[in-house]
Amino acid sequence: MTDADITVAAASRTITYRDALREALRDALLRDERVFLMGEDVGCYGGCYAVSKGLYDEFGPDRIRDTPLSESTFVGAGIGAALNGMRPIVEIMTVNFSLLALDQIVNNAATLRHMSGGQVSVPVVFRIPTGAGRQLAAQHSHSLEGWYAHVPGLRVVAPATLEDARGMLWTALQDPDPVVMFEHVMLYNMEGTLDAAAGPVDIDRAVVRRPGTDVTLITYGGSLFKTLAAAQALAADNVSAEVVDLRSLRPLDAETVLASVARTRRAVIVDEGWRTGSFAAEVSARIMEGAFWSLDAPVARVCTAEVPIPYPRHLEQAALPQPAAIVAAVKALMGA
Amino acid sequence: MTDQSLAPHAKPRLTRDHLLGLLRQMVRIRRFEERCGELYQQEKIRGFLHLYIGEEAVAAGVMACLHPEDAVVATYREHGHAILRGVPMTAVMAEMYGKAEGCSRGRGGSMHLFDVGTRFFGGNAIVAGGLPLAVGMALADRMRGRPRVTACFFGDGAVAEGEFHESLNLAALWKLPVLFVCENNLYAMGTRLDRAQSQTDLHLKAAVYQVASEAVDGMDVVAVEAAARRMTDAIRDGAGPQFLECRTYRFRAHSMFDPQLYRDKAEVEDWKRHDPVARLSAWMRETGMLHDADLPAIERETEAEIEAAVAFAEAGQWEPVEDLAKDVYTREVHP
Repeated sequence: MTDADITVAAASRTITYRDALREALRDALLRDERVFLMGEDVGCYGGCYAVSKGLYDEFGPDRIRDTPLSESTFVGAGIGAALNGMRPIVEIMTVNFSLLALDQIVNNAATLRHMSGGQVSVPVVFRIPTGAGRQLAAQHSHSLEGWYAHVPGLRVVAPATLEDARGMLWTALQDPDPVVMFEHVMLYNMEGTLDAAAGPVDIDRAVVRRPGTDVTLITYGGSLFKTLAAAQALAADNVSAEVVDLRSLRPLDAETVLASVARTRRAVIVDEGWRTGSFAAEVSARIMEGAFWSLDAPVARVCTAEVPIPYPRHLEQAALPQPAAIVAAVKALMGA
Repeated sequence: MTDQSLAPHAKPRLTRDHLLGLLRQMVRIRRFEERCGELYQQEKIRGFLHLYIGEEAVAAGVMACLHPEDAVVATYREHGHAILRGVPMTAVMAEMYGKAEGCSRGRGGSMHLFDVGTRFFGGNAIVAGGLPLAVGMALADRMRGRPRVTACFFGDGAVAEGEFHESLNLAALWKLPVLFVCENNLYAMGTRLDRAQSQTDLHLKAAVYQVASEAVDGMDVVAVEAAARRMTDAIRDGAGPQFLECRTYRFRAHSMFDPQLYRDKAEVEDWKRHDPVARLSAWMRETGMLHDADLPAIERETEAEIEAAVAFAEAGQWEPVEDLAKDVYTREVHP
């Protein structure tokens, strides 16, 4: 080991995705007195997924603000507070509940700037857990990120790694526009090492999480690690898969995607949304528009089965994109 | 004018000058909107056009109680609120035309008037959509220790929306400085109040949430102002949200596309006998506060202001198509 290696080891620590998010929240609350967290059970209870645990004691009920079960109004109140000089972080317990607030997010947060001729900005961050895998059945397990990514005026991000969980919130709060941040529920317990000095990260650009030469696997959020597992399995069969983590669904960094596909000449999109009208469909179309002539095979998609997510574990797992299905999709493309 | 509105505690400003001011403001809305109706027929104004004619006393009475640093949130029937809040009539008219000189750069039109300079925050075309925003604006003021009021105007139709109930609850729970002003004109588009609500005394719904509330004759500008002043004073004293139900009536159709099949002409004519402009001027005349030359002078000034606004709008520019994608995001973003 060199001295440099030792320094790095000492400066990083083991941490969970949940803890990284909590550090990001705490950091934001300390940095800017205009920041406050608002949502159902974020205070006394400590957050439905324990993300905000301890913050209520540290920052008090004014800045860690428990709300009634009134999604539309506390989301709208976040928008109003943002219009009036605050930097609210609004947590919605799950993406399924966010539908009760869809009017405020789509009709107000996303439109106020344009309708007012640029007079106002809406610097609010919505934190929304998403995704399946905990046997919570159909009303607590869906992945609707693609719906939000459809809407001009919103920015949509999905931190998949510890680094992004720690860094995206501050970047999002610095953005003058509404940012919807999706946290996949299966990531909260994920543990890993993170640099002690980890700070804000870019929310404009996708990143290549694993380089490869034969095929590009494009994904985001909770599907990243399944996709990396698939890439690992493919490597054993001498298929070199590049994995692109989109990180931001809107704006979509098509440049990074197209550059990768131009090198590998094949693409598979992995998306926990349903296939029909999915975000994967958008990425696929972008590839057709921008890289059709460099493709050696049609773009493929691995998405959630067209069913409301079922409760039993075997059916839930069968509905979701899994590494084996990703491997199979790649092999079909490779003609193997 | 009602006895209540003339009770000593309720008439802090019943001077000739003040009443002339209220009359002038109502006339400005009335004539501006009549002109808008004509311009709509001439296809200068397009889209939906919701006229406020008949309801002027509500905006005039409430706006008289607001300070410059207060905020106003309104609905799609908000021309009067914008003008009385101080948005220049020129910029409002240009907005109706869709011209770049409009208060929302022509992007919003009749239903989305915005003017940050006068703290006028729309212009919301989703019924009850503005209520949560008002709650949040008041929350920000409360958290920052700013002694401001957010006035939120909405119609009786909004009372049926969940956001109405959620917002009143939250504002009361957190004791936020919001003045909820319900413009109860008896019809949610074409559905009469008693066909949509089990409880038609709307201020009682606010009382359930522990929000201090009362109903006033919304055709009586003095009564509206007196109640609004009590309420804004209470809010400034830290009493939390207040709810003012103004019982009023729109003399025109819901929008320019509405044939008004849902109500009798006789009902409209009956309500016109309560015309807030005629009513105030008649009462002022009786009490010697309106002189013969006053109303003609107000009409002349208003006419000149409206013609100047029309000329301004006519001379305005169309926003270049190259700017179509501008102001979707604050920073330039390529989706």
